[in-house]
Amino acid sequence: MPVSGVSYIPILIFLVIACLFPVVSLLLARAVRPSSYNRVKMEPYECGVESEGEPRQRYSIHYYVIAVLFVVFDVETVFLFPWAVKYRALGLFGFVEMLIFLAILVVGYLYAWKKGALEWV
Amino acid sequence: MISDNIIRNFIIPLTQVLVILGVASGAVAYMTLVERKILAFMQLRLSPRRVGPHGLLQPIADGIKLLLKEDITPDKADRILFTLAPIVTVIPAFTALAVIPFSGGGTFQIFGYQVTPWIADVNVGLVFLLAISSLGIYGIMLGGWASNSKYPMLGALRSAAQMVSYEVPFGFSIIGVMMLSGTASMVGIVEAQREAHVWYFLPQIFGLFVFFVSGVAETNRLPFDLPEAEAELVAGFHTEYTGMKFALYMLAEYTSMIVVASIVTTLFFGGWLRPFPNVEALGFLNLGLDRIHPVLPGYFWFLLKTFLVLFVYLWLRGTFPRYRYDQLMRLGWYWMIPLSIMNVIVTGGVVLLLRR
Repeated sequence: MPVSGVSYIPILIFLVIACLFPVVSLLLARAVRPSSYNRVKMEPYECGVESEGEPRQRYSIHYYVIAVLFVVFDVETVFLFPWAVKYRALGLFGFVEMLIFLAILVVGYLYAWKKGALEWV
Repeated sequence: MISDNIIRNFIIPLTQVLVILGVASGAVAYMTLVERKILAFMQLRLSPRRVGPHGLLQPIADGIKLLLKEDITPDKADRILFTLAPIVTVIPAFTALAVIPFSGGGTFQIFGYQVTPWIADVNVGLVFLLAISSLGIYGIMLGGWASNSKYPMLGALRSAAQMVSYEVPFGFSIIGVMMLSGTASMVGIVEAQREAHVWYFLPQIFGLFVFFVSGVAETNRLPFDLPEAEAELVAGFHTEYTGMKFALYMLAEYTSMIVVASIVTTLFFGGWLRPFPNVEALGFLNLGLDRIHPVLPGYFWFLLKTFLVLFVYLWLRGTFPRYRYDQLMRLGWYWMIPLSIMNVIVTGGVVLLLRR
């Protein structure tokens, strides 16, 4: 099992190449594609009807609630990863401790459920 | 004269990366054709057959067409973000391929250098995959916001909430695999499956179910393609995108599909292992490839399994109607998350009871 930072060098190289790939292909397309300006063509698409009002309006609070819940749950997941890898070494102690940890999570989850935060309509 | 160290740490990985990227782009191009063929067979329609024999040159024609199309940036759009968004979507989709073990059980000897069949084997491979795959959402949100148009805006909002919701079961469902294997390295997980004499889809059947369903939702594929539901939102977050930028979004979507299918193969179906890898008598299943090189059968099995998982993806698309948005969120929060938490607890208990 490699532990030094050397094993990350290929990932870094991959990241650099993956960054170059879309940039190069966009530049290539820019060189060969046609381009003509037309005011009507550059309007936002609304099924052919002239656009009315601003698109960036106020939107449902549910999106915000979901985002907050996600932060809570996803951070919990990150805590579980190292625990899962070392699970066999931790044994019964680790199991009970994680049950307590999950119980706290589930209480919050049930609260959100009962409050109707997960209900969409 | 180039030093040994530079070749080993720079030239070889660079070559591997270029080969993998080339193969992945080719696979994505032909994935579109395979998808249209399979859907056509399932729904008794005609598939592309005009360009080349059986339409085999269709992806190339599509690529040239997308390259030569005019690229429209709407006047109202935020020009910088509008260009940046598809780039940001493609980068994590590709980078996720870096830690996937395509084959194993040996190394190539090229000009006296050891070349592994995977690009990188880091000890937090699975965590890296989760981290990098969840970055793809930024490109979609940026694209929807930068378009400054109503349909893309709604599509981006939906996709943000959907991907964020399914990110939780996506992460939870692989914890069981890590508990069984005791490692987060992708290569280590496959080796653990060889030692356990069982692929993890049997003990982790709920993990597999949750992971795959969340994976379909994460990649915005049918029946969960709400962000681009064409019946309601025209094309969702990429309504305003044309030409090469649109092609980049498609490239990212199909690459993520391949990545999810590769993760499913690696975690639950034994990666590069052949069926019953410890039974010598079944060696003929390798079709004699192992006599040429010990790594070759690994590629064969990995590609075969990944293709079968991708086929299930297309099968879902061919048979399921699209979910309604509240049904989608309900499925994620009321079913997938409790199921994945239960899976962790039950796996923990069983592992503890069977401990020697």
